[in-house]
Amino acid sequence: MQRSALAEFLRRNGLLVGFALFVVIVAFDAPAMLGMNNVLSVLRQISIVGVIAIGVTFVVVTERLDLSVGSGLTLLTVLVVEQHNALGPGGAIFMTLLAGAAIGAWNGLLIGYFRLNALIVTLAMLSLLQGLTLWYSGGANVNIQGASESWFPVIGRGALFGIPVPIWVLLATAVAASILLGRSRFGRSVFAVGGNETASNFSGIDSRAVVFFAYVISGVATALGAIIMGSRVLGAQSTIGQGYELTILAGIIIGGTSLLGGTGSIWRTVLGVAMLGFLNNGLLLMGYAYYVQWLVTWVVIIAAVWIDLAAKRGRILA
Amino acid sequence: MNPADTNAGAQPEHHSAYRAALIDIVLRNQIWGFLLLAVILFSTASPFFLTVNNLANVLTQGAFIGLLAIGMTLVIINGEIDLSVGATMALALALAIGLQNSGFGPGTAILAALATGAFLGFLNGAVVVLSGMHSFVVTLGGLLGIRGLVFLYTEGDALMIADFTYTELVEIYLGPISLTAMVFLGLIVLFQWVLSNTRHGREAFAVGDNIEAARDAGIRVGRHKIINFTLCGLLAAVCGVLLSMRMGTAEPQAGRIWELWAIIAVVLGGTRLQGGYGSLWKTLGGVLTLAVVQNGLRLLNTPNYVELIVMGGVLILALGLDRILTYKIRAGRT
Repeated sequence: MQRSALAEFLRRNGLLVGFALFVVIVAFDAPAMLGMNNVLSVLRQISIVGVIAIGVTFVVVTERLDLSVGSGLTLLTVLVVEQHNALGPGGAIFMTLLAGAAIGAWNGLLIGYFRLNALIVTLAMLSLLQGLTLWYSGGANVNIQGASESWFPVIGRGALFGIPVPIWVLLATAVAASILLGRSRFGRSVFAVGGNETASNFSGIDSRAVVFFAYVISGVATALGAIIMGSRVLGAQSTIGQGYELTILAGIIIGGTSLLGGTGSIWRTVLGVAMLGFLNNGLLLMGYAYYVQWLVTWVVIIAAVWIDLAAKRGRILA
Repeated sequence: MNPADTNAGAQPEHHSAYRAALIDIVLRNQIWGFLLLAVILFSTASPFFLTVNNLANVLTQGAFIGLLAIGMTLVIINGEIDLSVGATMALALALAIGLQNSGFGPGTAILAALATGAFLGFLNGAVVVLSGMHSFVVTLGGLLGIRGLVFLYTEGDALMIADFTYTELVEIYLGPISLTAMVFLGLIVLFQWVLSNTRHGREAFAVGDNIEAARDAGIRVGRHKIINFTLCGLLAAVCGVLLSMRMGTAEPQAGRIWELWAIIAVVLGGTRLQGGYGSLWKTLGGVLTLAVVQNGLRLLNTPNYVELIVMGGVLILALGLDRILTYKIRAGRT
C-alpha cells in the first residue's frame, strides 16, 4: 500500500519532482536563477509562448493539432505594428484580435465542419500565412512609430505592482481559460469531443461547432501573443514567430496533456511552458550554448511522456 | 470539371461496375491529373518551362524533398509519422562535410553520415515501439534534439568543404538526368518493389491499416515499425550526403521545415495519413507536382510569397477535393 501510494504520488507529480531536482541542481551552480529579477524575466519571456499554448490546449484536448500558430504569430505581429501606425493602439489591438479570430475560424471551418485533416490543414496554413506576411510587409522590417507618445508599449514593457504586464496578461488568460475549459459547458464538450467524438455526437454535442470554437480560441490567443510581442519588440520582422508552434507543442506535451485528446488542463500547459522556460534559462546560466537546450528538451519530452505512460500501464515497456 | 463527374453522368446503368472501377482509378490517381494540369498551365505561361533542361532541373530540385518523402511514405503507410527527417538530413550533411575537413576520406565521411542517419531513425523507431508513445511526440522531440546535435557539431557556423573535388563526384549525368535524380527515381522503384513484393511491405500495410488485427494475425508490429523508421533516417541521410556533394557547404539550419514539405508531398500524392494505404508512385506524383509548381512560379518571376500562398492553397484544395470525391464515391455505391 505504502509503495503504491508513493507510485501514485510520483505519477501525478513526477514532473514537478523532476523539475524541483533540476532547480536545486542549477541553484547550486548558478544561484542567480532563483533571484527575483531572473524569475520575473523568465516568466516575462515565456508569456508569449504561454498565452498561445493556452489557446492551443483547447485544440489539443479535442484531439487535434494547430501547427499554424507560429506563422500566425508572425502575421499578427506584423499586423499589430502596421495597424498601430495607421489606426493607433486601440484600433490595432481590435484589428489584430479580429484577424486572429478569423484565422482560427478558417482553420475551424475546414477542420471542424469540412472534417479535413488537422495536421495538413494547419500545415497548409503555416505556408499560407507566411506568404501573406511577406505580401503584407514586403519582407521588410516594420516598426512602431511614435512609441514614446503611445500607451501601446505598456503591454510588453510596463509593470504593475513590480510585476511585468505580460505576466499579468498570461495570468489573466490562464484564469479565464481555466474557467472556460474546466468549469463551463463548452469546456466539458471539448473534453467529450476529444475523449470520444462519436459518443459526444450521440449525446447531443455538436462536435463540429466545438472544434470550430477551439480553433477560434487558438487564433485569438495567438493574436494576444502577437500583441505582447509587437509591444515588447516595438516592431516585427517576417520571421519573428518561426518555430513557435514547436516550442508551444513541446510545452503542452511536457505539461502532460496527451495528443490523443480528452485530457489536459490549462495549469498543466502553463506549468509545462514555465518548466521549459526555466530549463532553458538554467542551462544558459550554467554556461551552456543556446542549442544545448534543444537536446535537453528532446530528452525531457521523451522522458516525461514515457514515464507518464509507464505509470498508467504499470509497466515500463509497451 | 473533374473527370469522375462526367463519367458518372454519361455512362448507362449496366456499365456501373466498370464505371465504379474507372472512377476509383481516376480518384486514386488524381495527383497525376494535378501534375498534368500544372504542366499544361506553365507550358502555356512560360516558353522556358517545357524544355529538356528545365524539366531535368525540376527533377533534381524535387529529388531532395523526394528522398525524404520516400522514407516518410514508408513510415506513414505504417501508421506513424517522422518529423525529424529535416534535422537528420542536416546532421548527415554536416557530418559528410565536417568529417572530411577533419581528415577522413570522402568514403568514410559518407558512410559515417549514412550510419548516423540510420541510427537516429532506428532510435526513433525503437523509442516509439518500446514506449508506446505517439511517433508525433517522439519525432517532435527528435526534430528539436537532432537540430541541437547539428549545432553542437558545427557550433552554429556553416561548414565549407576544404577540398572542392568532392563536389565533382556528383557530376554524373545520364543524358540530362543528374545523379541525384537517378538515385531518387531508383529508390522510388526499389522501395515500391519492397512495398508490393516483400513480406515486410505487405505487413507494413497491414500494420498501418489495423494494428490490432495485424498483431492478432501474428505480425511482428514493432519490428516493421523499427525497420521503416530506420529506412526513413537512412534516406534522410542519403538526401544530406547528396546535398553535401551538390553544395559543398553545410548550413546548420539546412532542411528546416523540409519534413513538412515531405509530408505535404506524400499526402498530396494520395497516401493516407492514417496509414494502411498508399504507394511510392503516388509520392512520386506529389513530389513532382510540388517541384513543378515551385519551378513554374519561379519561371514566371512571381515573388516568393505567391509560392507560399499557392502551395498552401493547393494543399487545402487537394484535401477538399479528395473529401468531396470520397463522399461522391460512397454516395454512388450505397
